[in-house]
Amino acid sequence: MSLTEVGLQADVASDLPAGPIEGRSPWLLAWRRLRKDKVAVASLIVIIVLAVLALMAPLVAHWVQHPVDMPYTNSGLNSFGDPVAPSGKFLLGTDVLGRDLFVRILYGARVSLLVGLVTTAIGTAAGLIVGMAAGYFGGVIDTVLARFIDSVLAFPYVVLALALAVVFGPSLPVTIGVISFFAWAAIARVVRGQTLSIKEKEYIEAARSLGAGPLRIMFVDIAPNLVAPLLVLATLFIPTAIVFEATLSYLGVGIQPPTASWGNLLSGAQTTYNVAWWDLVFPCVFLLVTTLAFNLLGDGVRDALDPRTERLFASRRRSARRRSRHGRRDAAAPAGGA
Amino acid sequence: MSTPASAAGDGDVLVRVDNLVKYFPVRGAGLVPRAIGQVQAVDGVSLELRRGQTLGLVGETGCGKSTLARCIAGLIPVTSGTVTFDGHRISGLSRRAMQPFRREIQMIFQDPYGSLNPRRRVGSIIGDPYAVHKIASGAQRKRAVQEMMERVGLNPEHYNRFPAEFSGGQRQRIGLARALALRPKLIIADEPVSALDVSIQAQILNLLADLQRDFGLTYLFIAHDLEVVRHVSNQVTVMYLGRIAEQGPAQPVYATPRHPYTAALLSAAPAADPDAAAARQRIILTGDVPSPISPPDGCRFHPRCPKAQQACGRLQPALEAKPGDPAEHQTACHYPLQPGETLTVPAVAAARAPAAADGTLDGEDAS
Repeated sequence: MSLTEVGLQADVASDLPAGPIEGRSPWLLAWRRLRKDKVAVASLIVIIVLAVLALMAPLVAHWVQHPVDMPYTNSGLNSFGDPVAPSGKFLLGTDVLGRDLFVRILYGARVSLLVGLVTTAIGTAAGLIVGMAAGYFGGVIDTVLARFIDSVLAFPYVVLALALAVVFGPSLPVTIGVISFFAWAAIARVVRGQTLSIKEKEYIEAARSLGAGPLRIMFVDIAPNLVAPLLVLATLFIPTAIVFEATLSYLGVGIQPPTASWGNLLSGAQTTYNVAWWDLVFPCVFLLVTTLAFNLLGDGVRDALDPRTERLFASRRRSARRRSRHGRRDAAAPAGGA
Repeated sequence: MSTPASAAGDGDVLVRVDNLVKYFPVRGAGLVPRAIGQVQAVDGVSLELRRGQTLGLVGETGCGKSTLARCIAGLIPVTSGTVTFDGHRISGLSRRAMQPFRREIQMIFQDPYGSLNPRRRVGSIIGDPYAVHKIASGAQRKRAVQEMMERVGLNPEHYNRFPAEFSGGQRQRIGLARALALRPKLIIADEPVSALDVSIQAQILNLLADLQRDFGLTYLFIAHDLEVVRHVSNQVTVMYLGRIAEQGPAQPVYATPRHPYTAALLSAAPAADPDAAAARQRIILTGDVPSPISPPDGCRFHPRCPKAQQACGRLQPALEAKPGDPAEHQTACHYPLQPGETLTVPAVAAARAPAAADGTLDGEDAS
């Protein structure tokens, strides 16, 4: 009898959170704010479209029947041997060897996005660990790590990239390595500063009084508070990495032809731009739109995560928003103007 | 391997603090910082906490009461002296050796906003002690957390909410649930209600009293509000600038304070009855609390004390029972107040006069 009672009680206890009230997490609130930001949403759509196109590059090449490395010496070059202009056959024209520029740009997007994401991931992870260790432990560890970060940031990166390319031979892994090497230092510096301020909070002391060790405090208590700034930093670092990769490839120490990358497409356009503007313009447009989209998205993410941040255009956007809400009796509008 | 089981010896003393000293070095600027002085935050404090009782620790901001609490909780190392918990010396232990005692000693913090991680859900915060000490996991932990939430008066369905969704009083309940999760013996409450509204203060104080009765808790209750301490404490310790000025059972300390500082603190507490408040003389201390980097010689209170005499500046008074007091009521003062004596402060009255004249805008007759 008593056993059944106990069982019943246990059932009741486990039934208690039948409809657990889901808290409105800071992330959910930030996501809602981001969705209202038209510029950020447009940027996100651009990035998603580009990513889908990059992923589908082989399929696109298949549909248009133009393999990426195939030089069309007859149809892709005119009678003077120059690239042909954009047309129904070659959507964005051809390059110096008569290859389909559109297909090559899409393949280049694969490289750019891959380098951007991988270097940012490596840099963020390394920067998080180094920065947290420096900030949390302090003392000698902090001094050594902070000086190391400073010296990395002081390094002339193009010179290092050239040197490494000469020693190891230019390749994708070397490019990723060079960019990651500079990515982590900038992130580590920000993480260190944030950690220094977070570790003085009372909830860190509370965790210590519970008996939590340094690793648990760093990854359970401090890290969640770093995600917001890291997300912003990472979003803003991706376009930097993409431009960095293009720079290295343009200089000939990054991605090597025949592998297409936006940098080496531009490098190739140097010889043809006076007869074929599209060789220069289209890779540039893709590079520009991509970096712009990531930067604008990063700004939007920052605004969404920290609504108090003031920034350029913020007042203009606010007033536009107020105007658009005027007729809708929105209680939030006066608060925005304060 | 010592475990915090019940130990032999003085059975009803849970915590004994013996001549505890905590100095913080003050470092100069420069490439290689070197110590140029010391903040004497706690300077030779001894006290005892009895099992199941509440010790109220009062004093002004900066008198070292929070530092003392953190030393007892093992959050900061002591400079010298010992802390004994349940018969085991816990001062100077390594983090690992301290671990079993962490379960027995828990803290409640002053700031209900700063003491809860804003990025973590309440269930996870209250479940922290179980996770750290690897006691319960999964559904078992969740059930334990929800029971604890219910016990402190929170809705267990709010398990998945974030701290920002709660009021100050509710947040303090969350902190309380976290502290109680491991069924500790000692709770160190560092000004647990001073950030709350008065009506909420009463709720939390009553909850603390209920929990003490139900779980047999011992409290070290820190506050700067004497009325709050009077309400909850069995014993009272008054600190001034790192030292104990007066300590003893709450009733005699409140009824017949012997140390002029205690009397001044008591007179500063607002009274609920306006007639009584008018009849009572408020003792306004002059000056500020001296810097703990270079505290005054002798009795630390003497520069501000209306009764100070020559000897007070030279000799440090011993903490001892004064004639006519019970042995437990100890005062560190060369010239303690006699029962019935009111503290007269002529110097203070003179010092206040010009200020009052300035206030009425016709004070130019004197000069």
